[in-house]
Amino acid sequence: MTTRLLDAPEPPVRPEASPAPEPSANRRVFVLEAGRAERYYWRDLWHYRELFAILAWRDIAVRYKQTVIGVAWAVVRPFLTMIVFTVIFGRIANLPSDGSAPYPVLVFAGMLPWFLFATILSEASNSLVGNANLVGKVYFPRLIMPASSAVVALVDFAVTFILLLVLMLWFGFLPGWRIVVLPAFVLLAVLASLGPGLLITALNVKYRDFRYIIPFIVQFGVYVSPVGFSSAVVPEQWRLLYSVNPVVGIIDGFRWCLLGGESRLHPPGFCLSLGVVAAFLWIGVGYFRRTERIFADLL
Amino acid sequence: MAKDVVIRTEGLGKKYIISHQAERDRYTALRDVIWRTVRGWGRSAWDMVSGRPLIAGDETEEFWALRDVSFEIQRGEVVGIIGGNGAGKSTLLKILSRITEPSEGRVTIQGRVASLLEVGTGFHPELTGRENIYLNGAILGMARAEIRRKFEEIVAFAGIETFLDTPVKRYSSGMYMRLAFAVAAHLEPEILVVDEVLAVGDAEFQKKCLGKMQGVAELGRTVLFVSHNMAALQSLCSRSILLRGGAVIFDGSTGDAVSRHLKVGEPSDRSSLQQVEGRRGRGTFRFVAARVGPASPSETSIITGKSLKFELEIVGPKDSALAPSSISIVILNRHGEILFICDTDASMSSLPLIRGGRSLCTCTIKEVPLSGSEYMYSLFLGRAGEIEDFIDVAGRFQLADSPFFGTSRNCAPGWEGKGVLVPHIWELTSLVCSGDK
Repeated sequence: MTTRLLDAPEPPVRPEASPAPEPSANRRVFVLEAGRAERYYWRDLWHYRELFAILAWRDIAVRYKQTVIGVAWAVVRPFLTMIVFTVIFGRIANLPSDGSAPYPVLVFAGMLPWFLFATILSEASNSLVGNANLVGKVYFPRLIMPASSAVVALVDFAVTFILLLVLMLWFGFLPGWRIVVLPAFVLLAVLASLGPGLLITALNVKYRDFRYIIPFIVQFGVYVSPVGFSSAVVPEQWRLLYSVNPVVGIIDGFRWCLLGGESRLHPPGFCLSLGVVAAFLWIGVGYFRRTERIFADLL
Repeated sequence: MAKDVVIRTEGLGKKYIISHQAERDRYTALRDVIWRTVRGWGRSAWDMVSGRPLIAGDETEEFWALRDVSFEIQRGEVVGIIGGNGAGKSTLLKILSRITEPSEGRVTIQGRVASLLEVGTGFHPELTGRENIYLNGAILGMARAEIRRKFEEIVAFAGIETFLDTPVKRYSSGMYMRLAFAVAAHLEPEILVVDEVLAVGDAEFQKKCLGKMQGVAELGRTVLFVSHNMAALQSLCSRSILLRGGAVIFDGSTGDAVSRHLKVGEPSDRSSLQQVEGRRGRGTFRFVAARVGPASPSETSIITGKSLKFELEIVGPKDSALAPSSISIVILNRHGEILFICDTDASMSSLPLIRGGRSLCTCTIKEVPLSGSEYMYSLFLGRAGEIEDFIDVAGRFQLADSPFFGTSRNCAPGWEGKGVLVPHIWELTSLVCSGDK
């Protein structure tokens, strides 16, 4: 859907409970036309921020309505995965940890961004199909939907993060000053997952069998990404190629923040990861916006 | 743009691509797309090898749900949109409320548009009444501050004070509807788009909705109102736009538009069932069009006690047949209550065989036992307990009242359309006991 705001220089004024509509001077004027590029897309998105907030809140409320199950799920899943990975990679394969960091902490620090990535990917890609009735009945920038499911993933992330802190206390391994940079990497993880997430969301609306690909990506990705092991075990000459996987840079970043001095970022690899994230985001948002206009016809 | 025009459409059109292949599926799957492409190549290659001329695959068809629609609506006008099934009403509303994009032409809208395409959109069963008010309000485009201000009013209007913190999944359907409408009714946009809200709920609730909408109109807001309820349209809107086949065929006073629309009730009015919603069944054989009108050509509209004919077009794969098939037409009143059913299972001694391709099936009711009102019908096609095609509301028709019992009325006031007229005889005998004398 294309929209243009013709004569609304300031942010659109929301009509309050006035008995009569205000004069036309400060009202929004839309021009709806076929295939017109939307110039004020981002401003429109901002206009719908309250809907975004309330949709995110709805998803969280529904998810944590049965509080015990909601929290338990966010705790049990990473905890069990951590144990399995520690046993397989740390004990059986005997891979080294990053410096003095206990292996479970290493695994957990990698799993945190991975779960964030995987949850956003799968929640976002199902968000539009799952809310098909809404998409067909009301207008809002469709980007809100996958974005608000990312917020739910962030809440899960917060719960898991507390678990990590408990784990670190248990091992008496405290993070250094670098932990203050962590939010930047969280943001990076969100952006990295929204790129492919939006792409798959749009494709999923168009081709409904696309959703079968997501569990595969998630399952496959957990072994391809350095979740159960440190990326330092990857031979130096392959390191750059390995970083084509954007999650590699993010997991390295998380460990760099949390595990202290011994965990090192691989600068060229990290830059490559950043580039891949940006490229995916560009493609994802671009494709999403191109197809967004026909979503209602397809659902 | 003139100062008072709030909606202007110019040459508006909306095109859908119907894929004959995918018609049976509810959605496209990538594997089908790949398979079709590969098969297409295979066919072309085979045609080339065998020296046959290449024929471009004609598996998709364009369908214009709306074409060349132009009109202007002034501020404060209440405009009705009238039209049969598939006339393009919903498509028009969807374009105006920005849900879907026009394929051609342009619309210029001044002000905030709120659309009530369905009451209770976005309600979540797990959330409480209070939470759903905020959620639904935001979805309909209200700011949070606005909802907070009107909260008490909404709750009072719905009359659910005691259940505010109960999840709505525990609500009765009446409470649910009341709450949903209460939120919608407190919306204060400059332009309100309403689709069929009045088709649900009981008479009292409908009256409440009508009253509320009248109030909205009196505040100088623009209302676009789509309904099959002609009485509601006539009491609310001074002007109406009549759509048929995706084009505006009349734009003027509601009275004229309604009579034009009803006249159509009508041998010529063939409503396509390609785009109809609420359809179930395998869909191999399916209804593609339905027509309802008086059976005799001398009559122009369907009249109580006179004949009524349904003409149903059925389409199936060329090389197959449906036998024994059962076809039924269920007549419902405008509240959706079943009045009676015409069923081949019951009224034909041997069931018909429907061949592939296109076939026409007619059903005639010699003396329609219905009073003057609006009715709906469902269509059913099946075999041996399997549903081929079922359309919940395949169409509507209006009946003109005429004496059925030879008296001045067919039913007590207020009972129009609420039942079937059955010829009957009353006898009144005064029972006088001999002992009383």
